[in-house]
Formats: sequence, C-alpha cells, structure tokens
Amino acid sequence: MNQMSRNISAIFKRELSGYFGSPVAYVFIVIFLLLTGFFTFYIGHFFELGQADLRPFFQWHPWIFLFLIPAVAMRLWAEERRLGTIELILTLPVRMSEVIAGKFLAAWVFIGIALLLTFPLVITVAYLGDPDLGAIFCGYIGSFLMAGAFLSVGLMTSALTRSQVISFIVAVAVCLFFVLAGYAPVNAVISGWAPVWFVNLIAELSFLTHFISIERGVLDFRDVLYYISVIIFMLFANGVILNNRKAS
Amino acid sequence: MIEVKNMTKFFGIKKAVDDISFNVAKGEILGFLGPNGAGKSTTMRMITGFIPPSGGTAIIGGSDILQHPIAAREKIGYLPENAPVYPDMTVFEYLDFCAQIRGFSGTKRTAKIEETLEKCFLNEVTYQTVNTLSKGFKQRVCFAQSILHDPEYLILDEPTDGLDPNQKHEVRMMIKAMSARKAIILSTHILEEMDAVCTRAIIIADGVVVADDTPDALRAQSSVHGAVSLTLAATDPQELLPRLQALEGVQSASVIGQDNQHLTLRIYPEQKDVLIAAKVMDVLQDSAYKIESLFVEQGKLDEVFRTITGGG
Repeated sequence: MNQMSRNISAIFKRELSGYFGSPVAYVFIVIFLLLTGFFTFYIGHFFELGQADLRPFFQWHPWIFLFLIPAVAMRLWAEERRLGTIELILTLPVRMSEVIAGKFLAAWVFIGIALLLTFPLVITVAYLGDPDLGAIFCGYIGSFLMAGAFLSVGLMTSALTRSQVISFIVAVAVCLFFVLAGYAPVNAVISGWAPVWFVNLIAELSFLTHFISIERGVLDFRDVLYYISVIIFMLFANGVILNNRKAS
Repeated sequence: MIEVKNMTKFFGIKKAVDDISFNVAKGEILGFLGPNGAGKSTTMRMITGFIPPSGGTAIIGGSDILQHPIAAREKIGYLPENAPVYPDMTVFEYLDFCAQIRGFSGTKRTAKIEETLEKCFLNEVTYQTVNTLSKGFKQRVCFAQSILHDPEYLILDEPTDGLDPNQKHEVRMMIKAMSARKAIILSTHILEEMDAVCTRAIIIADGVVVADDTPDALRAQSSVHGAVSLTLAATDPQELLPRLQALEGVQSASVIGQDNQHLTLRIYPEQKDVLIAAKVMDVLQDSAYKIESLFVEQGKLDEVFRTITGGG
C-alpha cells in the first residue's frame, strides 16, 4: 500500500507539474474561464433571469467539457507513445494501474483547479442575492464528477494512438454520445420508434441525465455512483488497451 | 543471473523472435548483435517486461518477469532504444522522479541523484530542461536513469547510438567500469563496440540466435584468421609465390595488391591455429626482400558477421 501510494504520488506530481510547465495549462484555464463566463452571462442570461443561483453557469458545463477535457486528456498517453517514454514508465517497478491512477488524478486535480477559479461567480451571486450555497456546492461536486467521467474517456482514447489529434477527435465523439444520449431532442427522436424502456436505458447512460438533478442541487447517491462507475470502467478499459498495444 | 528461456514473439503472423534462450551471469557483458530488424529490441523489450512474449519467459535474478514483474523490474536498469526522456523536465527533476519510484527518500534520494549526476558527467546540466540538451547529454540522462538505483542487471539498447566518438568512448568506459558486479546486456550493430566492451557476443538474425561466443572466438571464424599479410617493396611475385606456397603448413599464398612501389601478399595457413609467420620470415630473410610490414591477421568481425547473418 505504501509503495502504491508512493508510486501514484510520484506520477501524479510529475504529470501535474507537466501541465503547469507548459502553456497548455494556462491556455486551458483562460479559455475555460472565458467560455463559462460567456455562456453564463450571454447565452444563459444570468442577470436577466434575476435568480440567485448558478444554474445558468452549471448547465453549460457538459458542452464546455465536451471539447475542453479531451484537449486536457489527449496528451496523457499519446505523448508518452510519441516520445517513447512509455517504454521507460512501463518498465519501471510500477503497476500499470498506478500509472493510470497517477495520470488520471493529476489531470482531474488540474481541472478541479480550473473549476475552483470560477469562484468569482459564487461571490457575485452571494453579493447580489441570497443563494442556496448548498446547491452551489452540490453543483460544483457534480461538475467535478462529470469532468472526471469526461476525463476518463479522454485518457482511454489517448491510450489508443500516438497522435494527439486522433485521440482528441475520438474522445470528443465518445463524449458526444454520452452527452447526446440524454439530450431531450435526441431522446424525442429515439422515442419515435423505440420502446420506452430503451429510450430510458439510453438516457440513463448519459452524463447529462445524471448532471441535471445535481445541477438543481440534489446530490443523489445514484448519480455519484454512476459517475464513479463510468470513471472506473474507462480506467479499466485504458489498462486493457495499454496491455494489448504497448509497443505500437 | 538473467535467464532467457525459449522466448518467442509473434507480431501478427510474423515471427519476430524465434525461441531464443541464453543466460547472462554477473561479470559478463553480453553484446547483442544483429542486422536491423533482427529482433534485438523486441527481445530486450520482452526481457524488461515492456511487451509480453508470445511464448517463453525471462528470469531476472530469480524473479520471473511474467509472474513477478515488479520484483524483476526492481533489479533491472533499462535504457530503451533512442533514449527517451520527458522533454519538459529538468535533469534533476527527472532523476528525482525516477529515484522516487525506485523507493529512495529524503537525504538518501538527493545523495543518490548527486552520485549519479557525477558518474554520468551531468553536473553542468543539472538544472537544464531536457529539450535544451544535445543528443549526447540526453543519452547520458537516460543512461543515468538506468543506473540510478545501482541495479544488478543492466539492459542497454544501443547505448552509444548517435554519440560522437569521444562520448562513445566515455559511455563504454562507464559500462566497463560497472561490469564486475553486474550482468549487462547491450545491443549494438557496431562491431567495434562489441569488440571493445563485450566479454561475449550473441548474434541474432531473423529472430534466431546464430552465434554465441566470445568476440575472439567469433573473429577466429573469419576466413583470414591466422593468415599472414605481408607488404614488400616492389618485387616480382612470380618468383616468391611458389617458395611461400611450398612452405610446410601453408595452404596458399596470393597477391592482394600490387603497384609500382609495393607488393601486398596474403599467406593462408592450412590450419588456422598453426603459426606460419616465423617460416615466412625465414624465407624473406634468406632472399633479402625489403619488408615494409608483416602481420598476422586476427580475422575480420564484419566478415564473420556478414557470413553468419547471411548478408553475403
């Protein structure tokens, strides 16, 4: 256990400092903040709604994450493959699960930092009105969990290829499925020909469906469990992919 | 001891490595030779556990790389081909990362890193990021990573590739200096390197071991091994050749080069290990030829290499 946490922490630190050692981190954070701001105020009509909550902020997260998180994740394995460092890291005395966990946690914490930097919005609502801070906290937790799910997909697709571009595109496509599966207009189309249980099944698979209630301030155990299971499944798939195509 | 047992690797239907077995004991430096694409890197990747073999296994100091991969890898230092290093880290950060994973902590970690920097002549670039370093330094950084934990088993895939002659010499000296307490496998396609460093050589071609011997024994397989090469001031070979051919123990003698000033001959013995140089000298002295040079051929490794690997 001790050895495991030591290895995960070494890889975690290396990856996280890798983000901040390159412009990627700053570009990501700036764009994330600009986009959330733009969507919240212009598209979400934060002020016009006149409500002291952050729903106009949180409701856009799935769509912003859809493009930004694959960009954060794409380098995690693809870069190791391209540089050949994958051969070093996987011949060190570490388990592959430790490497995957270290990489995942580093990227997740990085996104967490970006998310925390949206705190001025919280201050703004708190200043303008009397918001339900519990609901806001809940929204952040939900958003962070959903970010983890997006990230696990991106990490998995990154293991597929040495090309960051391919990794990005495949990740966006897979994530798009997970988002659209719960998007009302898409569900309406499916319900035109499929039985109700099938429509529900598809919708239940969606990041969106599970985010909606959290975004409203209801942190349901089932939603949390859903995101955690998606993350674990994707990380596991990541391990399987790497085991099968390490050298290519 | 590194025991490689019946290792086989298929890539699709292509057999890249075909049932390779060998042992390397401590104190040995095993040169792993072969043409490009012969399966050298694939074999090393299987020994270090990077890719799983299709059949067979490797046992590193008693730990099976398939059954106990972590225990086996702890004992190995590995320098992969092209010496990959994370470009955005400084040399110190990188070695610190490796030292952490190798289980060093606190002052011991710093001491280990400093010792390794010293050994690999990296002091002047300690705080430089890797992507600002020249190829030679990068190679040494990766090499430093492989010896950081003073492993019992070192596996080096083309350790001197891309280095200039001075750097090559330095790396070879480092490898030699460490060899007493370690079992080292190094792959190369440079024959002089094998000759300069290795105590034993394995040549593989098309995934099969085609020779396993000391460099000297390999050289002895050369067709010119034991032959006497002789350069004289301009002489008519017609008179000399029959006299040389008549000598006891001489199989044949032939002219291999002739111009206005010089005549170069090669005299082949009947048996490679019977010395004929003295007899040749006697003949030459009797007739007062002007000898410019005379030496006994050790054999040419590249010729042996070509013959063995079928590169004709």
